[in-house]
Amino acid sequence: MKIIVLVKQVPGTDSVKLDPITGVMVRTGKDTIINPLDENALAEAIRIKNTYPDVTITAVSMGPVSAMKAIKEAIAMGADDGVLVSGREFAGSDTIATAKVIAAAIQKTGKFDLILCGERATDGETGQTAAMIAHYLTIPAQTYVSQLEVLADGVIVKRTVESGFERVQVDFPLLVSVNKDISDTGFPTLSGKLRAKQVEVPMWGNTELGFDKCELGLTGSPTRVVKIFSPKLSRDTIMAKANGSMQPVNELMAFLMQKDVI
Amino acid sequence: MSTYVNNSLKEQQDLSEFKGVFILGEQRDGKIQAVTFELLTWGRGIADELGCELGCVLLGAEIENMQEVIARGADKVFFIQDPIFKNFLPQPYSNAITRLVQEEKPEIIIAGATTTGRTVMPLVAAKTNTGLTADCTELTIDHETKLLLQTRPAIGGNIMATIKTPNTRPQMATVRPRSAKQAAIDTARTGEIIVKNYAGSTIMTVEKFLEFMIDTTQAVSIEEADVIIAGGKGMKNAAGFKLVEELAGLMGAAVGATRDAVELGWCTYPHQIGLSGKTVSPKLILALGIAGKIQFLAGMQTSDVIVAINKDPEAQIFKVADFGIVGDVFEVVPMLMEAVKKMKAIA
Repeated sequence: MKIIVLVKQVPGTDSVKLDPITGVMVRTGKDTIINPLDENALAEAIRIKNTYPDVTITAVSMGPVSAMKAIKEAIAMGADDGVLVSGREFAGSDTIATAKVIAAAIQKTGKFDLILCGERATDGETGQTAAMIAHYLTIPAQTYVSQLEVLADGVIVKRTVESGFERVQVDFPLLVSVNKDISDTGFPTLSGKLRAKQVEVPMWGNTELGFDKCELGLTGSPTRVVKIFSPKLSRDTIMAKANGSMQPVNELMAFLMQKDVI
Repeated sequence: MSTYVNNSLKEQQDLSEFKGVFILGEQRDGKIQAVTFELLTWGRGIADELGCELGCVLLGAEIENMQEVIARGADKVFFIQDPIFKNFLPQPYSNAITRLVQEEKPEIIIAGATTTGRTVMPLVAAKTNTGLTADCTELTIDHETKLLLQTRPAIGGNIMATIKTPNTRPQMATVRPRSAKQAAIDTARTGEIIVKNYAGSTIMTVEKFLEFMIDTTQAVSIEEADVIIAGGKGMKNAAGFKLVEELAGLMGAAVGATRDAVELGWCTYPHQIGLSGKTVSPKLILALGIAGKIQFLAGMQTSDVIVAINKDPEAQIFKVADFGIVGDVFEVVPMLMEAVKKMKAIA
């Protein structure tokens, strides 16, 4: 069984900059981490590998050259190998253009059974790319999955939805996007770190994937960022101090009634 | 085996063929969900501005009271009916919606940023080769170009981006639940219910729905709640966290929790607010014993009114709060409960 885990490198802090002209996110490569929910996906892949025979895990990432670090980290944690999709021509892609490229790279890695990834990334937070990738690979997608049961020819997933849980059975191959409940994240192992050093991770650009240039980057993206702005976050806070009396609480109640929220 | 298909952008669309606004309604057990009525508010406003019709798409086996959707603002209801649509399955839902879109050619489609909307809309966008903007908090029409301007928070709400889809149709967006009021009922409104029955490959799927299990701890789900009482590490332990639940029970509010509180096992993951949990935007959120890490703030800072109670006067949560009380939650919250009870007794 072959599992593909999609890992996205995201900024470790909230200090991401946006290009004021194109509105495209600029990542500097400093202080980066694997998207936390992708780590949960990777942990689930490793759990499956440790439970069933003959499972291999390939980590796939798209991003700047520095995203190689995320793949090496995934290998150190238990992935067998990886592919980095990187190239100037991919920069500025929206979710549709990104999904097309990642799907083509996955297809190029050969036959697979299961794609796992986080349900969204902490930088863009669209949560759209996974399902779009499934579309381009003509495979089903199951999202918001908190539990996965492996059967002989498919899986049963438990999806966490608005008011409860849904159980759905789907045959291989499929894509599953996961939430945090799927698996506790693991740590790099010593042998994993050694393997990460040895494994040669190929980097594929458009030479390898062969897209018409008009399908990539900004030109290949149906959406355009018109403007970016910072919302007003700080509020005019009314502060009160507990003093053993009902007074601060009464002030709060009066405030809530005035705001008509209680 | 998977096969790669690239339905590329090269095919030029005649944009003038696309007219009207669609919203994607949701049902569970045949009952139309509240998010549908919020979407009608969004859709009606945009349709009126463009001077076009508003259609509501519903998929199901049987759906009760579709007339209500018309009373709340739709001109047309497209009911895609088949037993397979009783529960949400991404494949047949996305195939059927795509087919309807190809038949009816709406200019704009708006869905809820729910687990359903955020799953099916990316599939429809990829199938119809157009743009989709996730999780919008504002939708307006550009006066000159008549394009849909889609504004969404990104990077944990620290940046807002306005996005358009200039060259492809439909223009598609998901909007956060609770970001609009439910459209009011006007029984004088008239409209048409059009039943669509699709057969063949449109409704064929390898996905098999097994069961739905209600989560009893989510009596009020946090994305849909008007009021959320959230607790953090300052609640000290599982017994302390009970105070959050008690206040929520008293106020008919949903329970929210920080990542710490969930990881300590005081509350379950569906209640987690923040970057690795849910993004909420209620009318009122009370943050109890929450320091206000950026990851938490990212998931709630667009709430209408934020109240924080924390004993540390320097806690970051106070920076985003409208009203803050510096004090021990175990002293202040019981007093607050007393005040709420008193108010209820009068009302």
